[in-house]
Amino acid sequence: MPQLGSFTLLLGLALSVYAFVAGLFAIVRNDDRLSETARRAGIAVFLAVTAASALLVYAAFTNDFSVDYIRQHSNRALPGAYKFAALWSGQEGSLLFWCWLLATYGLILRLRHKVDTRLVAHASVVISAVQIFFLLLVNFAAHPFALGTGTIPADGNGLNPLLQYPEMVIHPPMLYLGYVGMTVPFCFALAALIMKYPGEKWIHITRRWTMVGWLFLTCGIFLGSYWAYKVLGWGGWWGWDPVENASLLPWLTGTAFLHSVMMQEKRGMMKMWNMWLIFSTFLLAIFGTFLTRSGVVSSVHAFAESDIGPYFVWFLALTFATCAFFFWRNRSHLESEHKLESLVSRESSFLFNNVLLLVATFAVLWGTLFPVLSEWVTGHKVTVGPPFFNKVNIPIALFLLLLTALGPLLAWRKTSAESIRKNFMVPAIIAVAVAVALAAGGMKPWVDISYFYALMTIMLSVLVAATIGSEFIRGGLVIARHNSSNVFHGMYLLTRRNTRRYGGYIVHLGVIVTMIGFAGVAFYQNTEQELSFGDKMSIGPYTLVCRSYTQDDKPNYSSEWAILDIFKNGKQIDTMYPEQRFYKASGQPATIVANRSTIMEDLYLVYTGKNPENGRPIIKAHLNPLVWWIWAGAHLILVGTIIALIPNMQAKSRKQSPPDKPRSLSDDVAERRAPVEAGTD
Amino acid sequence: MRIAPKMLHRWAMLLLFASALLLVGASGDRTGQRFDRLGHNLMCECGCGQVLLECNHVGCSTSEQMRQELKLSMARGDSDEVVLAGFVAKYGPAVLSAPTTTGFNRVAWIMPVVIFLAALGAAVVVIRTWKRRAPRPASDPVGAPEELDEFRRRAREETKL
Repeated sequence: MPQLGSFTLLLGLALSVYAFVAGLFAIVRNDDRLSETARRAGIAVFLAVTAASALLVYAAFTNDFSVDYIRQHSNRALPGAYKFAALWSGQEGSLLFWCWLLATYGLILRLRHKVDTRLVAHASVVISAVQIFFLLLVNFAAHPFALGTGTIPADGNGLNPLLQYPEMVIHPPMLYLGYVGMTVPFCFALAALIMKYPGEKWIHITRRWTMVGWLFLTCGIFLGSYWAYKVLGWGGWWGWDPVENASLLPWLTGTAFLHSVMMQEKRGMMKMWNMWLIFSTFLLAIFGTFLTRSGVVSSVHAFAESDIGPYFVWFLALTFATCAFFFWRNRSHLESEHKLESLVSRESSFLFNNVLLLVATFAVLWGTLFPVLSEWVTGHKVTVGPPFFNKVNIPIALFLLLLTALGPLLAWRKTSAESIRKNFMVPAIIAVAVAVALAAGGMKPWVDISYFYALMTIMLSVLVAATIGSEFIRGGLVIARHNSSNVFHGMYLLTRRNTRRYGGYIVHLGVIVTMIGFAGVAFYQNTEQELSFGDKMSIGPYTLVCRSYTQDDKPNYSSEWAILDIFKNGKQIDTMYPEQRFYKASGQPATIVANRSTIMEDLYLVYTGKNPENGRPIIKAHLNPLVWWIWAGAHLILVGTIIALIPNMQAKSRKQSPPDKPRSLSDDVAERRAPVEAGTD
Repeated sequence: MRIAPKMLHRWAMLLLFASALLLVGASGDRTGQRFDRLGHNLMCECGCGQVLLECNHVGCSTSEQMRQELKLSMARGDSDEVVLAGFVAKYGPAVLSAPTTTGFNRVAWIMPVVIFLAALGAAVVVIRTWKRRAPRPASDPVGAPEELDEFRRRAREETKL
């Protein structure tokens, strides 16, 4: 079976090389038949890599410990879902999984070639080049079917206990779908640049693909945070670990692109900037993979150090050189059609939004790489941890929130002071009133800097919510008036008619809900206590009473857990079971957190083990305010993005109309004046 | 009004007692906060790569030992600088969770600010340059009021269901 797996990987590589070379010649010679064979070879790559992935999963399910990867990442007693997840749990398997996702994206791209045959042919060549690189890696540098040395053991080493959680089964695929998904917009952008694509169709395609990648990346990042929160047992959800940072980098540049692309679509501006944002997003996705896998920086959850780092460095250098070369050669194609006319306009708000997002990208990248730089310059390695990232990024995030509030109120081209005053006054008064009420209620910003940040975050979030709310209500009222329906139905129709704009607003609402959740950190509490039968411990309004401890033994692990009765204001409200497991195959312990989540706070309990001196169990309790808001915000972001991806109602009806139908007048009005009644953005 | 010395003494004692209570309360709170703050300025040296107070390793003896060292140093009355210097002397500079503001480490803090200011300045310059180059609109970009009214009327017409 391993031989067959190796063969399918080699076949996939050969097909990719053919798709690349034949595709290239087809473009040069303008040969449609050759181009078609290249396209079909690209589709066949998907079949070959799918077969290889299926064979590795099969090896995990049949406990084929002759394959070193299966020996290292699986064992007989491992549940089926985790055997499946073993595919992406180690270096070699996850690279194969990457190849498979790339092949899948390539398949979709090639099946949809009729969107624009010539553009897709160019993009197909670029995606083949990326595919070749990853297939070279799995064939020659990190082979998933490599055979183990020595006698075949009776059982494997098992999967890392930290990965044996349901969230971990879906978190990596989502993250990889995001990382790999950023390859597709990159391919279209580079293809459009190479062929000097006439018109703006390519930017629409690129934007939609970026949104898809961004959606998965966002989903992956939040799932990773959720996993860290539920599994790692330290009471937090984001530790500014290099691997976490690596996922944030392409997300930040992708977010910047999704904003600035509107300037290109609406006004033909920022073409060069957008091109480089797409290039940077792809390069940072690859760079993140390099960081995770090369051992350049130490991380909580990086893969083991390996020698694949130099391959990534060469690939990154070659990709950058290719991008720079074609950009230099064809830069005249990317000249702006318009210039900015005012500092106070929708365009400049996007520009400042981009500046802030890129500064945040730089700060995260800089902090992640500074230990390496410091060691290189001074000979001493330093740590750049959460205190650095929080100090640098929180002010940037607050500025971004302010822009999020201001942006929708600004018109394209130019906005008058009177218009800003008129639209901004009520939301500003509401936000300041909320801030004053919170300060009066105890959130005194002069006591502690964390209180100041929390107060600012909540105040600006309210400001954003008020401006977005006013946009929805104004538009909804206009439609409701014309339809004689209620405002909610009006808002629904408004969203259906312009899914992109109002979906975007829902994403912004999700962001502020998440930010309010982040602000809860300022009021975090924790305590730790030895707890025998009948003992009590208190945290915030809760009293924990230890009822009992119990044990269990399962094929994969043995476990021990506490049974704690939870009281609030003298009344029992729940019973919680923080657990500790000992995984037999790997010989590693792990904690299973017990969490009671409400809209106001999470009571988060960890069974940290027994005191070695007296054998008494230790319980660590965290009171994490507003964490529920983080996950609620994540859901809103995802819903908003999905809405923004749905074609809007007007566009659908336009499709049915004759192709030469003149541009609707409402489009002209909307472009000329942004906060218009039934907004079209 | 004259206050009796005995009364004054009682008030003084009460004030002293209240102050002592406040100080004890405040210092108790400050010690907890200080431990939390300093503990977040240090990394656990067990190899987990996490902040000292957030090491989640089950039964991690290293983090426990380091926490005891931190408590001991604080109990000795060491200043923050002395506490952290003690850890650096024992475990090396990587034990601090963020770069210091001395020597080459200063660069870590300065660069994001420099980049932020430079990017902001560049954006303003770009906008101003573009603004100067842009052709001036013949009239208000949204058009004359009557023209706008016509636009509005037709837009409403088009967006009606």
